[in-house]
Amino acid sequence: MTTTIEAPESPGSPSVPEGTTPRKPAAGRFRRILRRLRRSYDSHWYAWAMVLPVVLVLGVLVGYPLVRGLYYSLTDINEANMGRTIGVNHIPATYEWVGLKNYRDVLSGSDGNFYPKLQWTLIWTVSCVVLHYTLGLGLAVLLNRKVRFSGMYRIMLVVPWAVPAFVSAFAWRLMLNKDNGVINSILGGAGMDPVDWLGQPTTAKIAVIMVNVWIGAPFNMVAILGGLQAIPKEQYEAAEMDGATPWQRFRYVTMPGLRPISATIILLGVIWTFNQFAVIYLVTEGGPFGSTEILVTFAYKLGFANIRDYAGAATYGAIILSMLILFATAYRRTLDRKGQETA
Amino acid sequence: MTTTTTPHPAPTETPTPARRTTTRPRGRRRGERGPLASIALHATLLVASAIAIFPVLWIALTSLKPGDDWQKPGSFAGLSLGNYRDVLSDGSFVRWFGNSVVVALGTTVLGVFIAASAGYALSRMRFPGHKPLMWAFLVVQMFPVAVLIVPMYTIMSKLHLINTYGSLILAYCTVAVPFCAWMLKGYFDTIPREIDEAGRVDGLTPFGTFWRLVMPLARPGLAVTAFYSFLTAWGEVAYATTFMNDRKHYTLAVGLGTWVGQFKSEWGLMTAASVLITIPAALVFFFVQRHLVSGLTAGGTKS
Repeated sequence: MTTTIEAPESPGSPSVPEGTTPRKPAAGRFRRILRRLRRSYDSHWYAWAMVLPVVLVLGVLVGYPLVRGLYYSLTDINEANMGRTIGVNHIPATYEWVGLKNYRDVLSGSDGNFYPKLQWTLIWTVSCVVLHYTLGLGLAVLLNRKVRFSGMYRIMLVVPWAVPAFVSAFAWRLMLNKDNGVINSILGGAGMDPVDWLGQPTTAKIAVIMVNVWIGAPFNMVAILGGLQAIPKEQYEAAEMDGATPWQRFRYVTMPGLRPISATIILLGVIWTFNQFAVIYLVTEGGPFGSTEILVTFAYKLGFANIRDYAGAATYGAIILSMLILFATAYRRTLDRKGQETA
Repeated sequence: MTTTTTPHPAPTETPTPARRTTTRPRGRRRGERGPLASIALHATLLVASAIAIFPVLWIALTSLKPGDDWQKPGSFAGLSLGNYRDVLSDGSFVRWFGNSVVVALGTTVLGVFIAASAGYALSRMRFPGHKPLMWAFLVVQMFPVAVLIVPMYTIMSKLHLINTYGSLILAYCTVAVPFCAWMLKGYFDTIPREIDEAGRVDGLTPFGTFWRLVMPLARPGLAVTAFYSFLTAWGEVAYATTFMNDRKHYTLAVGLGTWVGQFKSEWGLMTAASVLITIPAALVFFFVQRHLVSGLTAGGTKS
């Protein structure tokens, strides 16, 4: 945290006139910094007190493990050498600093896992986010019109969001079961051969995407519906006066009006889907033959497999984190630039 | 509208036909549609709704089938509540259910409260650390949970929290709070600042303003975040498996996981248990659903 004082402009932080102390070169520099800190504290302590609980919880339970994880990724720590206490015997840790070796191994592709898994993770993320967004948008636009029973439809459409993830995963596994599942029995009724949904790499990939889209579309729909209702009616009326076709109204009124909410849900959607551990793990456990394994589930397996390779798991964690930070920064930049162009 | 350049005789004549062409010939007003469009609209929504609720209905239906009949998708003979009787007669189920309720409610109350307080500060006050904190909320969601479990376990055991409700409540807060705080910040932004100012004039502290004036107005936003926190905690498995290693302290999700091994592929019982797990989530959903849309409206916020 910096000690610079931004001009307080809100009722929460009473304004303190800036620069009232005359500058004295060299002398009392330390005291001036102290005073500034003090004044900063006086005008901001309310804000800090209110964010403190969150900062504490996140700092202790996420920040510390995160730093710890980054450190582990530079060592060769695993279950065997991490040191432990069994009864009264304390076995000292013997893991060593290896520098960037883990990263070199992963990024050079010599572990044979990173690039194939990255490719599938990208396909998975892009297809899920695109389907989430377009389905959510389509349904929201339909629900936003004057429709009879729209309340009923809305409740039914949000149901997948309200079901706990492991129940949904279980329900889908039951339905996708090769011999006893309802989907194959419907296909059979239509004269098609049963599909071994979760036993074949390609169909398993389709199945996990399907399940995740089913789970995630309602959130997008509700968020976009909220965004649609926030667009002023006058804009539509004005567009209609100018003779805009329905498509033009959608293209030039609805879409720009949805830009803020779209930016948020797409960013969050990419982050959540990239790290969607639960769906993959509960539906296929990454199988068959690791074909549906995304980077996160693979990192988990490294950390919890036979010999627990904590360094490997931490390295994957750090790489995932850096990729997402890069993405978020680039995404924000592009949006800002676009916003300036249109403004 | 164009100014008429016609000379003096009839200044009102030219506008009238012009207006007529824009309003008259349209048979339908905006928002009305033909019967075909209506049918297509309802058909689309019906199909989508059917897809949305089918898996849930299917698991509910399967749970009523006796014995191994879950393997026969086409058979609906002898439906009974037998699976539910078996599930509920197991003493641990009720215990695990209780554990889950405590953990989920604890997460909801604590998570929403600290997220709201941080969200309010972020919405109303400019302070050093404002921007980094908004970024931190995003970054925290980027680090894979799976990698955090082991170091978090170490911390929890140092704090003597293993096998307590506290460990899970805190862990779930780390998952739920970043999104909730971000969302609530957006919601508070839509509440006019004049309300705060009025409160301050009446001598309330910033915290008093937040608690007495802004919180009641933010009910839709709070409802959505409560729903989100509750669901986060209610169905989670990974943390729950790691932090609760004593059978007495299992949450429902973990306990049922042990069942799958214990009664080999008793999917019939699992379906009944799944329905029972879904009911509390459905209840919470039912209470907040009318707030969902308005509560999320504010989600479209710039950081």
